Amino acid sequence: MDTQAILQVENLQKHFPIKGGLFSPKGSKTVKAVDGVSFSLARGQTLGLVGESGCGKSTTGRMVARLMDPTGGRILIDGVDISQLGGRDLYNFRRKVQMIFQDPFASLNPRQTVGTAIAAPMLAQKINPAGGLKSRVKELLEQVGLKPEHYNRFPHEFSGGQRQRVGIARAISLNPSVIVCDEPVSALDVSVQAQVVNLLQEIQRDTGVAYIFIAHDLSVVRHISHEVAVMYLGKIVEQGPREDLFRDPRHPYTQALLSAVPLPDPRAARQQQKIRLRGDLPSPANPPSGCVFRTRCPLFGTLGVEQQQRCISDIPLPASAAAPACHHAGLDSAALAGVQ
Amino acid sequence: MTQLQPSPAGQPATRTAQPATRTGAFLDVRNLSVKFPTDDGLVSAVNGMDFSLERGQTLGIVGESGSGKSVTSQALMGLLKGTSARVTGQALFQGKDLVTLPESGMRQLRGRNIGMIFQDPLSALHPFYTVGHQIAEAYLVHNKASKKQARTAAVDMLGRVGIPSPEQRYDEYPHHFSGGMRQRAMIAMALICEPELLIADEPTTALDVTVQAQILDLMSELQEETNSALILITHDLGVVAEICDSVLVMYGGQCVESGPVDEIFYDTQHPYTLGLLKSMPTLSSSSGRLNPIPGQPPSLLDLPKGCIFSARCEYAALAGDGVCASQRPELVVEDGHGKRCHLRGPQIVTIRNTR
Repeated sequence: MDTQAILQVENLQKHFPIKGGLFSPKGSKTVKAVDGVSFSLARGQTLGLVGESGCGKSTTGRMVARLMDPTGGRILIDGVDISQLGGRDLYNFRRKVQMIFQDPFASLNPRQTVGTAIAAPMLAQKINPAGGLKSRVKELLEQVGLKPEHYNRFPHEFSGGQRQRVGIARAISLNPSVIVCDEPVSALDVSVQAQVVNLLQEIQRDTGVAYIFIAHDLSVVRHISHEVAVMYLGKIVEQGPREDLFRDPRHPYTQALLSAVPLPDPRAARQQQKIRLRGDLPSPANPPSGCVFRTRCPLFGTLGVEQQQRCISDIPLPASAAAPACHHAGLDSAALAGVQ
Repeated sequence: MTQLQPSPAGQPATRTAQPATRTGAFLDVRNLSVKFPTDDGLVSAVNGMDFSLERGQTLGIVGESGSGKSVTSQALMGLLKGTSARVTGQALFQGKDLVTLPESGMRQLRGRNIGMIFQDPLSALHPFYTVGHQIAEAYLVHNKASKKQARTAAVDMLGRVGIPSPEQRYDEYPHHFSGGMRQRAMIAMALICEPELLIADEPTTALDVTVQAQILDLMSELQEETNSALILITHDLGVVAEICDSVLVMYGGQCVESGPVDEIFYDTQHPYTLGLLKSMPTLSSSSGRLNPIPGQPPSLLDLPKGCIFSARCEYAALAGDGVCASQRPELVVEDGHGKRCHLRGPQIVTIRNTR
């Protein structure tokens, strides 16, 4: 498999200004929705992006698809920075990165037949496929497991799973190199979810497309991803190959996240060691100093005063394949408690 | 009627739930059906549900969208009264039939004896009133208390569900609360009168896993404290495995399998339940293809004559004579484990082993 990086993201940032009230100065504060995110994605591979709502995973995906403009940082597709593209260049870039959305009913125009919806990207990009547009659309319908005669049907005539197939057909119509899938199976029932996950994997095998797979369901992410990045409050706290990350999570947040997943196995669920995070995600408008996770960190309470001080004052290095973004990751919390 | 062979698999380790003690059960639902007349025809949302529940127990009702799990809970809460829905059957709760009970009687029970938690706390809470006010209101309706006493009770309840500084939070509005906090407020509202029966309809579906874990812990804790019965409606088998004593699997408005949680997971008897379990990716499974259940759920407008699941069932041929397509199987309960399937025990074991 070609492991050359198709997508490289470097220090990506998205800051939203908080609009001040009538009497407060404007632009004085920002919400750092995404704050220094870096990762790379190889051809034909899938990067799973996980985290709680509000952690910035969707914002990251939308910036890669240029549905949002980054505040800072670079997005390299095939070595070309696309983060600042505009006009003609942006238009040409669109065919390289496509998107699949969570709610297939909201992302399809109810007055448009699915045939028209699937043809829209090709029309917009003025692509004339060999054999004509209509036959290409029918080919795409078959590729995603629908029937060519569905061409003239409307979205409401389809079930949720079938609608998501239409969304997938539309996304692959331009043969993109990267597809950003934002919670593509979250709205589907498990039995249908499995059908769509299988379809996404088949398409990847056949076309070599790379996916950014954004989801909060860790079991699905584990199933489909090659690499996984865990986000917390706009930052990646840990990333690495799927097997390593799930077998041996090193950041306390990843550990807590994994242990919170309910297991469909009652005996294992009773025995499972559970790490419970207290409270909610802090407001991204007013993040904690130093390590953003320290306010909920299960490790923090077991640390000595000096070590805690480090969490409060120093921002951990960004997560890399070698180390998670934590000052004290790898320290055995039980051993630490013994030291105290 | 199909007779079930005694289960050849090992006896389950725990047998906490004993459904179907027919007389004097805390909640006893018999042959509950709900039909909605529509322009397209009669939608049979729930078709003959039977189950019972004791105090201190948690029953999980699992199924996909459109399987009738939410409609079942709405029928129990009397929320379908005054609508076009046709509810038939019986639901005995402390000797009263919830199906025939008039609205005035239902109002006495609702909130006081039966509490409900909805999926989306933002649409279940009123945006114009403070969270505390709404919780206190639930208390005032059922108790002869002053507003001050109600406030004390509500603040106390907010504290019990784990909301920090409840005294201040009392005067905040729902939009001030995060998703997890809102769900806690909903739970506080449902529990303020300490109902004996709590119905939770997808209480954690809109929440993140970390918050979901907190809420599930909280619900089990409070249940232990008050010894109430809990009906948990969900599509997530993980959640079921985590906190339920017994499980009822719904498909096309019918119960296709029911029993103690360990038996449902380790001695699965129905092809649909097997299909659900097989189609889930797990944290430990290595990748490869998932095994989805082929096809789509049946239309509730026009249910098949035979087994409702037969069109999607890979094993319908095993039963022979096309019996699955022509004859609707009865729910056969043996040792507290019920299934609605023409296949016999040994056939199920063969199917189970091929996964």
